[in-house]
Amino acid sequence: MSGLITMDDLTNEEIIEILDDAERLLPVAKGELYLPLLQGRILGNLFFEPSTRTRMSFETAMKRLGGDVVNLGDVKTSSVVKGETLFDTIQMVDGYTDIIAMRHPRQGAAQYAQDSARVPILNGGDGAGHHPTQTMLDLFTIRQAHGKLDGLKVILAGDLRYGRTVHSLSHALTRFNCELIFASPELLKMPSEIVSDLQSHGASIVETEDLYSMMNDADVVYMTRIQKERFSDEDEYAKVAGAYKLHAKHLADVKAGMIIMHPLPRVDEIHPSVDSTRHARYFEQAFNGVVARMALLCKLLGVTVPKDVKKAGGAL
Amino acid sequence: MSNEHSMRRVTAIRNGTVIDHIPQGHALTVLDMLGIDDKTSVPVSLVMNVPSKKMGSKDIIKVEDRELTQSELDRLALVAPDAHVAIIRAYTVAEKMIINLGDEVVNVVRCTMSNCITSNLREPLPHRLKVVSRDPLELRCHYCGRIQDLDELVKNVL
Repeated sequence: MSGLITMDDLTNEEIIEILDDAERLLPVAKGELYLPLLQGRILGNLFFEPSTRTRMSFETAMKRLGGDVVNLGDVKTSSVVKGETLFDTIQMVDGYTDIIAMRHPRQGAAQYAQDSARVPILNGGDGAGHHPTQTMLDLFTIRQAHGKLDGLKVILAGDLRYGRTVHSLSHALTRFNCELIFASPELLKMPSEIVSDLQSHGASIVETEDLYSMMNDADVVYMTRIQKERFSDEDEYAKVAGAYKLHAKHLADVKAGMIIMHPLPRVDEIHPSVDSTRHARYFEQAFNGVVARMALLCKLLGVTVPKDVKKAGGAL
Repeated sequence: MSNEHSMRRVTAIRNGTVIDHIPQGHALTVLDMLGIDDKTSVPVSLVMNVPSKKMGSKDIIKVEDRELTQSELDRLALVAPDAHVAIIRAYTVAEKMIINLGDEVVNVVRCTMSNCITSNLREPLPHRLKVVSRDPLELRCHYCGRIQDLDELVKNVL
């Protein structure tokens, strides 16, 4: 494989293999073990849009594996503000690095970068398009909780129209025969072309505005933030802001093993009362970004993760 | 009414291009795709909704003193992939051109999604639309993956 632009770049077997690699790399991600598998390699972090978790977890992942990172820095002080094309920026960074992680406000930017580059591109989000590395950490978190991916009942809730995390995740879950429930205000429904695409791949989908009544049978509730920055019209945003406010009181009748996830940052959609319940997984999920990205960096750089990580690694 | 009668609704042209078997109602879109508008100085004849044995009804365009180029044929493939194109010289068919819609349409039109990376026209890589389905025609941007709005696509001819 060259890069990871959408989940279509990975087969189900490759997904499982990467999740297995990630599982074994957990002690390295936690800093309990030193395993410099990527020593001498350089990651270029190109974030043309704000990012906290994705950028930091890529950087942490590379450094935990002994590699190094160069950053584009603030877009406002880079050549981008002078009008440099993405093509030219990629030509330059391609020469400096062995692999590039990129986030860009425009859809299709990751594929465009991959077509411009010799090194692999990891898509860290392109507009409202895809976010496959987030999907890998989401799948890791789901498998960690349920021991499997197949056949789960998953609710994706909130901004399904602009939320790139749910676009990528819904495709992946369909491939593992999960039952999908899309809960959103009418204005923020999953784009119809994605729904029909998923259905053509055999997805079982229920669309609803009523999140709470659907939760009792669910194995996963995946909340998302209504993204103010995606609305050009303040009035439209005001109509849907705060559509869902998940509170601990809503969890009385849910399955014991049900987990609540969120790609973060959250605003009001998950009340802090949920944080201390057995169902909350969003902070573990954020941590899993490091381990999932470690496994992806190894995979794309052609580095094998040892079967016995403890034997291969050393103490810090 | 026979095909010949349909063709005779407008006079024969000495030199130029005849585009026949355009799907009914698509002649104006074809003109748009070919950039033929009120600034065009050569005579253009257009016949719409004429009976056709093969298609039921069809449109026909005749453009005098102009021979379609390959790049114009590529554009035509997006709105009338089964049209017949004949180059006329001295009142006779000198050449029949084949419209060939391949697996990908490259540098013919720009993606209709306003936030696609290719909307920055300074970006140098080719505009690429993949042909997902031929009937009905469905095109998907190679970069952003968006299924194209065919009505909007006419406005995005390069």
